[in-house]
Order: sequence, then C-alpha cells, then structure tokens
Amino acid sequence: MVSKKAGSLPGLLKGMVTTARTALRPTQTAEYPDVAPDLPPRSRGVIALLEENCTSCMLCARECPDWCIYIDSHKETIPATTEGGRERQRNVLDRFAIDFSLCMYCGICIEVCPFDALHWSPQFEYAEVDILDLLHEKDRLSGWMATVPPPPALDERSAEPAEIAAANKPARGTGLVGGAGAAGGAAGGPGARMPRTVRPRPAGAGPTRGAAAPTEALPAGVPTADPPTGDPTEALPTGTVPPPAKEPLTGTPESVPDDSPTPPPVDEQT
Amino acid sequence: MSVLEVVVRAVSVLVAFLTLPLLVGQTEHKLMAHMQGRLGPMYAGGYHGWAQLVADGVKFVQKEDITPRAADRWVFRLAPAVALIPYLVALATIPIAPGVAAIDVPASVVLILAATSVGALGTLMAGWASANKYALLGGLRAAAQLVSYELPIVLAVASMAMAGGSLSLLTLTDRWSPWWMLWQLPGAVVFLVAAVAELQRPPFDMPVADAELVMGAWTEYTGLRFAFFLLAEYAGIVVMSLLFATLWLGGWHGPFPDTLGWLWTLLKGFVVAVCVIWVRVAWPRLREDQLQRLAWLWLVPLALMQLMVTGVGVVLGW
Repeated sequence: MVSKKAGSLPGLLKGMVTTARTALRPTQTAEYPDVAPDLPPRSRGVIALLEENCTSCMLCARECPDWCIYIDSHKETIPATTEGGRERQRNVLDRFAIDFSLCMYCGICIEVCPFDALHWSPQFEYAEVDILDLLHEKDRLSGWMATVPPPPALDERSAEPAEIAAANKPARGTGLVGGAGAAGGAAGGPGARMPRTVRPRPAGAGPTRGAAAPTEALPAGVPTADPPTGDPTEALPTGTVPPPAKEPLTGTPESVPDDSPTPPPVDEQT
Repeated sequence: MSVLEVVVRAVSVLVAFLTLPLLVGQTEHKLMAHMQGRLGPMYAGGYHGWAQLVADGVKFVQKEDITPRAADRWVFRLAPAVALIPYLVALATIPIAPGVAAIDVPASVVLILAATSVGALGTLMAGWASANKYALLGGLRAAAQLVSYELPIVLAVASMAMAGGSLSLLTLTDRWSPWWMLWQLPGAVVFLVAAVAELQRPPFDMPVADAELVMGAWTEYTGLRFAFFLLAEYAGIVVMSLLFATLWLGGWHGPFPDTLGWLWTLLKGFVVAVCVIWVRVAWPRLREDQLQRLAWLWLVPLALMQLMVTGVGVVLGW
C-alpha cells in the first residue's frame, strides 16, 4: 500500500497540473449561432440548381441512389429558323425538386450532371419543423445558387482544368505542315497568321466570318425578309442568294485545292 | 438580542444559504468547463451564462413532482428537507467576522458536526424510501461511506478544539495563529479529504456513481425535490469550505480584520471550494473498497496521530 501510494501521488498531482493548465489555456470553442463556422471549400450543405443549364436529361434523377430527385418536363417545338428547315424540339423543365429528407448528400447527381446545372452549396441551415418542407422545389433550389462559392483554386502544379487544356491545345496539324498550319494558326485571331496563299475573298468577309458567311449572307442579301416570315414568292429570289454565300467555299478549292475542308472548322473555333 | 436583530440575522443567513451554493455551483460549471477545454454556460443571463443556475432552478420548479407508488411516501418526501436544512443550521454557526456569527452557541463545533451528519441522513432516507434497487444500493454505499468518514472529521476537528481549548468556533478562530497551519497540517489534510468524501463528491462519489447506480439515492427524485438534493450538495461544499477556512486558515485573520474580516473568511472559503471542484475534475472515482481502505487505514490513524501530537503540544504549552 505504501509503495502504491507513493507511486500514485505524482499521478494525482499530474492530473491537477493538467487540468489547471487546460483551464488557463483559451478554449477552441466556436459559438456556432453567433460565429459562423469556417467551412472548408467543397462543403456539402445543400444542392443548388442552375435552372438555365438543366436540359431535363434525367441523368441525376436516375443516378440518385435513393431517388430523391423529381423532374417533370415537356417538349416544346421550336419552329425552324430557316425556311424549309427542320423543326426542333426542346425540353422545358416544369418541375425540379430534391427531397432533402431522403437525400444522403452523396453528390452523385452533381457529378453526373453533364451541363453543370447542379452545384454544392455550403449553406446548411435549412432545418424545418415539418419534414415535408424539406422537399425543395425548383425556385428554392435556384435560390441556393447565390450561395454557391466560386470553385477553389487549383493546387500548385496541378494539371490544367479540362476546358482550358482543351482550348490551349494546338489544333491538329499546326506548325510543321505548311498548308494545314496556315489554317490552324488562324485560331489565334484574324491577324495572327494570314494564309500564305492569297485567296480570293469576297470583300469585307474576314477570315473569321467564313463560317458565319452563309447566315450572314442572308440578311445581307435580303435585309428585311426574316426567314420564317418570308413569303414563298419572295423566297424564290432569296433562294438565289445562298449560292453566292457558298462562293467562298467553292472559291477556295480553286486557289488552294489541297486543304479545302479545313477553313470552316478552324474558323468555328474563333 | 432584539427581535429585529434575530430577523436580520436569520434573513442574512438565508440569503447566504441561497446565494453561496449557487455561486459555488456556477464556479464549478465554469471552472470544470475550462479545465476540460470547454466554455461552459455562455447564454443564460447574457454575460457568460451567470444566470444558468437560476434558469436551472426555474426548470426544476416546472417539472412534475413524482412519488413512486411503492415508495415510503412520507419518508420519501421528507428526505430532501432532511438533507438540506441541517446545512442551513450549520451555516448559521459559522463565524464570518470577529465576534460575528448568526448563532453564537457555546459548543458550535459540536453543533456544526452534528448538523452535517444529520444532512447525510437525508441521503439514507431517500435511498431506503425510494423502493428502487439503485437507490437502495446508493443509500447503503452512502451509509458505509458516512460511517467511515465521519470519524476522521470528528477527530480532526477535535484536534483543533484541543489546540484552541474551546468548542466555540468564534473562540477558536479568535485564538488562531499562523503557526497552527503547520502544526495542524495532517489534521487539515484529513479534514479536507474526509469532507469531500462526506459530501459524496468525486472522487468519493461512489454512492451516486452514475455509471453503476443511475443517480444513487436520488434516482427516483424529480423536480424541486431533486433540486433540493443538489442544493444540499453545494450548501455542503459551502459549509465544509467555510468550516475549513475558519478552523485551519484562520477565518477573518488578515489585513484589517475588523472591517475586511468577512471578506477574508469568504475568500478563504472560496479557495477551498475551488480546490474541491478542482479535485472533482482531475481525479477519477475511487472504488468502494479503495474508499473504505483510505478512510480506515489512512485517515483515521492520521487523525489519531494528529490528536496525539496536539495533546502533547497543548500539555507542553506550544
């Protein structure tokens, strides 16, 4: 007992010293309702919806492990922009709702969205008295967009983001091959590198306008006639206009026969 | 002594009885929190949660007062009062300033020891009357503990009474000299340890060991009666701390004892109370056998030795 007592006495004193030292040290407590928590980037608070980006493709709803995303949409027909063109159909989002009483915050819907319509927001203070109120409809989900932070900066020496890497990637065939490089180099701007071979071009049509030439040629030819409203009678004379618009295309093979298909895709990038 | 003076003394003791335990309780809240790296109550009352215990009291008043059907009804309902009121009596006998105590009785030391023992009786009554196995076990443990630790307390105080040659706290404190702090040091340690055990505070809280006995003898209590037990615990801390401060630390002795004596008494008592809280935070609970061992193999012999040393000292005229 004596030896035990002698052995435990420093331990007792050590306990008192430890507690006293802790008492003198400032505490780490952050008083939450008064002090906003310092959340790390990519905190998963609530899912925000950028409605304009949503195409109602249903990928998120299908991938959701607990099926808490509800999407209703209908198709709308957009009349053809050009006379005799094909009518197009577009999805219109009627309802987009996430039931946060079911959501398990896995983030798969955000990962899977091909159009960046869903985003994580660190906002987490949306507790409700009634569990049914946790079903956030489209307007409420869109309201969370204001709280979505900008994406955090990349780590040092990390790879470029995919979009920027794709944009910076030189087009195929630049540099060594002379003829193709002339076309690919035009991505840097109209004045970056002019084609070495002089091409006959319509006056006023810069190299960047090559792709837009068919559509721009129409208003240029018939300024007042919009394609949907144009009468068939008036369309007949305008129908003759597109062939001149194709003239640059048909004209280039004459001067540069070897790389005739390249100019339009290159100009689309600009 | 006029009626007015009696009323003033009674009321002031009652006020002290209702405020000092809350002060100790709040100190425990905050000190324990900071010792554990927390903040403790921060909101009740606005400034650092000063009104937390008041809010707790309001909560306890609102709660239902339940008496179990199988309980020994009257004993069950009487137990909190038996636990609480003796500490009020004990507090009244403690001298606060030179010549000032609410009750000046010739043998106030005996009275205060008797009163604190009666207070422990309330725990026994509660444990027996609750008709609950946890309460019964807690009550039995409390009984064993009180029997063990009453003796060292009495012996240590008896040593002080011998040294001062009086049974009156006022006289004892009057005759106190700093030399006593060294001479009576073993007795002081014995009293402090035994007082913490008598109050069933950690590390001697075997009777209310919450991991084993829910809340010991208080298991079946709710509302205001439970609050009375808690208040009795903190009043016990106040009484024991002030008793230690007056007997061993000299009470009002300090600069300007006539004007500031009450302050020194309260400050010394507060320091002792802080130590009681500190020990609670720092040390783990003793097992039942360790608890008995400490009392009978260490505290009682130590107190007897102190009594012998004091007797020799008194005869030799130290």
